[in-house]
Amino acid sequence: MLNIDSLQNGIVIDHIKAGASMAIYDLLKLGKLDCCVAIIKNARSAKYGKKDIIKIDGELEIDLDMLGFLDPNITVGIIRDGKLVEKRKLVLPKELRNVIKCKNPRCITSAEEGIDHIFLLGENQRYRCAYCEQEYDARTGKRS
Amino acid sequence: MRHLIDPLDFSVEEIDSLLALAGDIAADRTRYAGLCRGKKLATLFYEPSTRTRLSFEAAMLNLGGSVLGFSSADSSSAAKGESIADTIRVISCYADICAMRHPKEGAPLRAARYAGIPVINAGDGGHQHPTQTLTDLMTIRRRKGRLGNLTIGLCGDLKFGRTVHSLIKSLARYEGIRFLLISPEELRVPDYVINEILRPKGIPFEEVTSLEESMPQLDILYMTRVQKERFFNEEDYIRLKDTYILTPAKMSLGKPDMAVLHPLPRVNEITLEVDDDPRAAYFEQAQNGVYVRMALILTLLGLAPQQKEV
Repeated sequence: MLNIDSLQNGIVIDHIKAGASMAIYDLLKLGKLDCCVAIIKNARSAKYGKKDIIKIDGELEIDLDMLGFLDPNITVGIIRDGKLVEKRKLVLPKELRNVIKCKNPRCITSAEEGIDHIFLLGENQRYRCAYCEQEYDARTGKRS
Repeated sequence: MRHLIDPLDFSVEEIDSLLALAGDIAADRTRYAGLCRGKKLATLFYEPSTRTRLSFEAAMLNLGGSVLGFSSADSSSAAKGESIADTIRVISCYADICAMRHPKEGAPLRAARYAGIPVINAGDGGHQHPTQTLTDLMTIRRRKGRLGNLTIGLCGDLKFGRTVHSLIKSLARYEGIRFLLISPEELRVPDYVINEILRPKGIPFEEVTSLEESMPQLDILYMTRVQKERFFNEEDYIRLKDTYILTPAKMSLGKPDMAVLHPLPRVNEITLEVDDDPRAAYFEQAQNGVYVRMALILTLLGLAPQQKEV
């Protein structure tokens, strides 16, 4: 397996679904960071067979809500002095603000600019637009 | 500050209290005649409405208050491109309370977030119409003496009918409710109503297509109009609009103390002959709409008699 230097201080985003790391790289705007960022694709995983990993060599506030929405199986490890000091499990966030857009043509968000697109997590792990209650299925990524 | 955007914004206890106040107003309207003297209601109607707007205006005038506003988007600053957030902040300087109807879903909620005055949702597209729901609840309670232990038949357009969804949500909070959902396959209630409201609460319901077979079981029959404006395809509208027509022959199958409600306007889904049946409650429902809006205005302005005593 390809060797990537161990982090001294930084963040490891692990258990990313194989092939999804570039999307996360873009969504978290990691390309704008000055620090070293490593993307490991198709790493071996006992649990999933294959997975992607992103290692960030530096302190960074990660939008855990965004990651939780994208894939709640992702784990985020915080590394300090070369040791894993914290491992964060992600959950589906209760509120998503400007992560997904309401596509309902009858919704006020489609008529006026500058309105935050807010989705609230309801029962059955589904999100609804806070304004029109249009449903977004977090498991399939499709509106229903 | 309280607003009324969604029918569930008020708890069961608050709704009971509001309906009791509306009942008191119905019993002696003159007692409440001057309670809103000096207060102004702004009616911000971005799409045409006859009953709802006039009902709000009548309610405020009955309370001794005054009314200002507009009745179409063309005659408002929206035509110049003003946002709802800006409009409501300006209107908050002119009026004490406002009722908003808007074709876009969620517009009144948007307004409430920026308003300095209570906002009442007077209908937002096909989404919510909470004062119609309060009107329906008041009519059921006055006719049956209760809001629980009832078999309710909802008939017609159960897919796009916002009054139906709001009424199901609201009645689902009472004990002993059973629903018969009577519609053609194409206009059955959305899955979320079943999966997120009825099933989780264990509320008995049946989806059926026959109005005749349902009639003997019903305490309340809630008829709806198939609304042309909710269809993107006119062919579908024409095919479905005459599926259910309530006639005296069908009424003869119902219980003697059943009540027939309809949010109005009707087109042809209830024949004129049914109007003479004492079980027809839809014009009484329109009258109750004024009383319940009077009670709502008093409540949101903190002017209801029991609130003043506190």
